[in-house]
Amino acid sequence: MSMTATKIEVETAKPAATIAPVVALTPKRPPRAEAYARMARETAVRVIPPLVVIALLTLVWELVCRRAGSALPPPSKVFTDTKELILDPFFDNGGIDKGLFWHLSASLQRVAFGYSLSAIAGIGLGVLVGQSVWAMRGLDPLFQVLRTIPPLAWLPLSLAAFRDGQPSAIFVIFITSIWPIIINTAVGIRNIPQDYRNVAAVVQLNPLEFFAKIMIPAAAPYIFTGLRIGIGLSWLAIVAAEMLIGGVGIGFFIWDAWNSSHISEIILALFYVGIIGFVLDRLIAGLGKFVTHGTAQN
Amino acid sequence: MTAYLKLDHIDKVFTRGAATTEVLKDINLTIEKGEYVSIIGHSGCGKSTLLNIIAGLTGATTGGVLLENREVNSPGPDRAVVFQNHSLLPWLTVYENVKLGVDKVFARTKSRAERDAWVMHNLNLVQMAHARDKRPSEISGGMKQRVGIARALAMEPKVLLLDEPFGALDALTRAHLQDSVMALHQKLGNTILMITHDVDEAVLLSDRIVMMTNGPSARIGEVLEVPLARPRKRLELATNATYLKCRQRVLEFLYERHRFVEAA
Repeated sequence: MSMTATKIEVETAKPAATIAPVVALTPKRPPRAEAYARMARETAVRVIPPLVVIALLTLVWELVCRRAGSALPPPSKVFTDTKELILDPFFDNGGIDKGLFWHLSASLQRVAFGYSLSAIAGIGLGVLVGQSVWAMRGLDPLFQVLRTIPPLAWLPLSLAAFRDGQPSAIFVIFITSIWPIIINTAVGIRNIPQDYRNVAAVVQLNPLEFFAKIMIPAAAPYIFTGLRIGIGLSWLAIVAAEMLIGGVGIGFFIWDAWNSSHISEIILALFYVGIIGFVLDRLIAGLGKFVTHGTAQN
Repeated sequence: MTAYLKLDHIDKVFTRGAATTEVLKDINLTIEKGEYVSIIGHSGCGKSTLLNIIAGLTGATTGGVLLENREVNSPGPDRAVVFQNHSLLPWLTVYENVKLGVDKVFARTKSRAERDAWVMHNLNLVQMAHARDKRPSEISGGMKQRVGIARALAMEPKVLLLDEPFGALDALTRAHLQDSVMALHQKLGNTILMITHDVDEAVLLSDRIVMMTNGPSARIGEVLEVPLARPRKRLELATNATYLKCRQRVLEFLYERHRFVEAA
């Protein structure tokens, strides 16, 4: 029991140590002391609560899993097991025996490729469906059915069509993320106020100018909502798809780890998958905020 | 009297499924060059529909619009509209909003520098040059409408169409903007057609007031000449006999002979 007690101290002391310097630094800069103090306080308010929760959850996990015969490793064991993977993400021993960096970057490349295709095609189809009543009548029911098909259900079909893992994975990303992009873009186009259309008509913008100067900026907030949902779905789909197609990629890394009973490696991989998914989401959200700056209704 | 803008036997019928509603019936009107004409009527009488037909945004069921003896049936910068709710594009700055039209209308006739100067000239006309880099969300309602007027003026329209341009503004701002429009009309001599539901506004600004009967099947009930010399001064007119008489005529038309019947 005394072992557990010291462990607790170590666990809780870590987050506290990362916060303390930020606060301590502030009084040392007299000219902007106040501004820094406010910044430090705001940061602390946002950073401390999640850190406390993480610390508590890690603690619970440690306590639950450190019993002998536990199916899952406790965090301390995860760390010692995967230390090499964490410290050296760049090793490359050929084949699929590579560092996590290579696996993640292979997955990200597939997502980047498939997602870019679906963003272009999705916005294009969304504009068509939003603009043309007949296109909507013809295509919308189709979309509503197709979008409910789970991503992995497409994989065998795409393997049959492409006869290769790489394009199949990209196709799965594409087909998974395109629906919210189409649907949101179409809603955005349909919601363009009649006033803006009237302005365009009086000024006599041609269809191309109307597309670039009215349609896209007016629908941008909707389009970015679709893009943001889309990137989340792509990242969800890639791990599952890679488990099946094999090769280099975080999905197959997880599957391989499971087959070799390296549970700690799975946990580490999940950690990275979560962080990267979060960053991708923030990235698209930030881009949307930047692009639609000023577009908000006045 | 030379007809500059001619509305020739315009009927407008809206059809929705089996139901048809005749909104406008046999509208005939000729407007001279440089004239300021107001169309007044109760809400729902189809005056905005009429303006949309003139602007080309809606088609007439029968009849047509002639501008300098040529039929116009699609929208164009020769009939620039100042919309009721300003309709500035929120993602463009004040300058870019005006420039959007200028770039299209003068794409071949003016150089880049000339177009820039022309945009600034028109922003100066409405005293909005100081806000050139602001976005519509950063300026007040009155300022937005000024920019809307600058955007329309900058297209050098043959007829300027104002669709209840001051309707959404508070009384003080409205008076201020009315004075501005009067000054612009005096200076530039535009032909202006304005939709309004404000009797004082109609009498103050117009050379002629077109009074519409209640819909459905709204017609032109009466056309009143306003024989007041320009420039007109708001304060002096308050006690002017002609002004009061004109005002009285419009009020009688609207509230005695064509009282608005509540639908509900």
